[in-house]
Amino acid sequence: MTARKAASTLFMGALWVAGLVAVIPLVLIVYYVLLKGLPAVHVGFFTQTAPPPGVPGGGMSQAMWGTGLIVGMATLISVPLGVLTAVYLSEFGRGRLAVGVRFVAEILLSTPSIVAGAFIWALVVVAMHSFSALAGAIALTVLMWPIITRATEETLRLVPDELREAALALGVPRWKMVLRIVIPTAGSGILTAVMLAVARGFGETAPILLTSLGNDFLNTNPLQPTDAVPLRIYNYAQSAFPAWQTLAWGGAITLLGAVLVLSIGARLLSDRQQRRLG
Amino acid sequence: MSDLQVIGLNAWFGADRVLGDINMKVEAGRVTAIIGPSGCGKSTLLRCLNRMHEEVPNARVTGKVVYGDWDLYGPDVDPTDVRCHIGMVFQRPNPFPTMTVLENVVAGLRLRGHYDRASLHDNAERAMRLAGVWDELKDRLNRPGGRLSGGQAQRLCIARALAVGPDMLLMDEPASALDPISTQQIEDTIQELKETVTIVIVTHNMQQAARISDRTAFMLRESHDRPSALIEYDETRVMFTAPTDKRTEAYITGRFG
Repeated sequence: MTARKAASTLFMGALWVAGLVAVIPLVLIVYYVLLKGLPAVHVGFFTQTAPPPGVPGGGMSQAMWGTGLIVGMATLISVPLGVLTAVYLSEFGRGRLAVGVRFVAEILLSTPSIVAGAFIWALVVVAMHSFSALAGAIALTVLMWPIITRATEETLRLVPDELREAALALGVPRWKMVLRIVIPTAGSGILTAVMLAVARGFGETAPILLTSLGNDFLNTNPLQPTDAVPLRIYNYAQSAFPAWQTLAWGGAITLLGAVLVLSIGARLLSDRQQRRLG
Repeated sequence: MSDLQVIGLNAWFGADRVLGDINMKVEAGRVTAIIGPSGCGKSTLLRCLNRMHEEVPNARVTGKVVYGDWDLYGPDVDPTDVRCHIGMVFQRPNPFPTMTVLENVVAGLRLRGHYDRASLHDNAERAMRLAGVWDELKDRLNRPGGRLSGGQAQRLCIARALAVGPDMLLMDEPASALDPISTQQIEDTIQELKETVTIVIVTHNMQQAARISDRTAFMLRESHDRPSALIEYDETRVMFTAPTDKRTEAYITGRFG
């Protein structure tokens, strides 16, 4: 009995250590980013555009609006596409086509993001003779679509078959059963999938660099080169000017904050659904 | 209500023929029990009666099921129409968790395009009274459907099946996941329902079959390379007192199964 207790304590201790080790990098990152970036965060940081080299002050508003524009368009394209693909795979797909689609999604999921950027550069930027927010959004779609597809398919599969049968046995056509029973039941899981993908989109640098290029000024035309927060961080972090480096840290805070809000939002939504499904 | 004729029915899961040449007549306005050991194809037979069997991937049916003069497997028949006339209740209570009690009851009607609130409410009340849950749940119509006790949830599911207005109800071991008191309530409900709907109930509980059914069918799969067959089908009191077939007698007296 004591040996068992000792073993239990030992393993419990090991689990605690493992948990701590996992949390330490996160705490360090947040601490470091806040330490370095907080000096950059003031009202001007959110309202002003890029400062000239060597001039203090300035902000990243053009990059924030740009990220909003690019990720927003990417979300508008990839959410319907991803959810529909997942519904097809989980509810209707049988045979070779489904196997093929699932395989493609899996390959895309593990494709390096710079490959997606290069591909969309060749396909869209070259064809349109211009870097643009739209090209950036399409590049992000290549990354976000498989995330949404796979995660949504997993959630749809968690919906008990009993509910599908119950609906079919009421004389409900299959498509309506999927639309009105399966998708609502999987609701919070689908939202979580979308938030995961959007968070990924916020942080991607390489595909944006090759497709949207960047811009020192605020641009709202989807067909023009557009700035993005990760791009700005990438550029400023390598610069020789301390003011720019501070701005880069400020950008890092913005990204962390956005991802945090998304994660907490996803968590709250799924908790609420869990309680409702009780 | 009409009689339902099963004629030369075979059913497959992939290459496995699970039902072989079933012939039986389900009489209108009566309770028919299907009994037999686990894996004898009782549920599969039940699911063939309202075309639910074919919803399983690779499942297949041949033969005829004729309801009144309606050939349910006819070429122009929409399975969703069949299921509106022949409803189904499952082993595990399965209310829709995203819907309230009331929304659950009228789900079949709403999803088939009926939206008039007053008539939906009337329908819900009628169905819930028939299923014996109106008094218990009338004050909780807007509560989530997923948070009821097992017995209430199952009677809610019966109400949901009845709201569509079927004249036959297929029940697949509806009480086997419930406690004795809830089982008793379900059995009482069945007795009252047979005034309005024909009932076919699958059960592995022979006492239950003896208590609630008018006719009993005994099915058996004697070996894995042969499909299940309908061994004997008769009035319940005959089946349980003077079965003709040795195998029925052996099963009923508890020698196997």
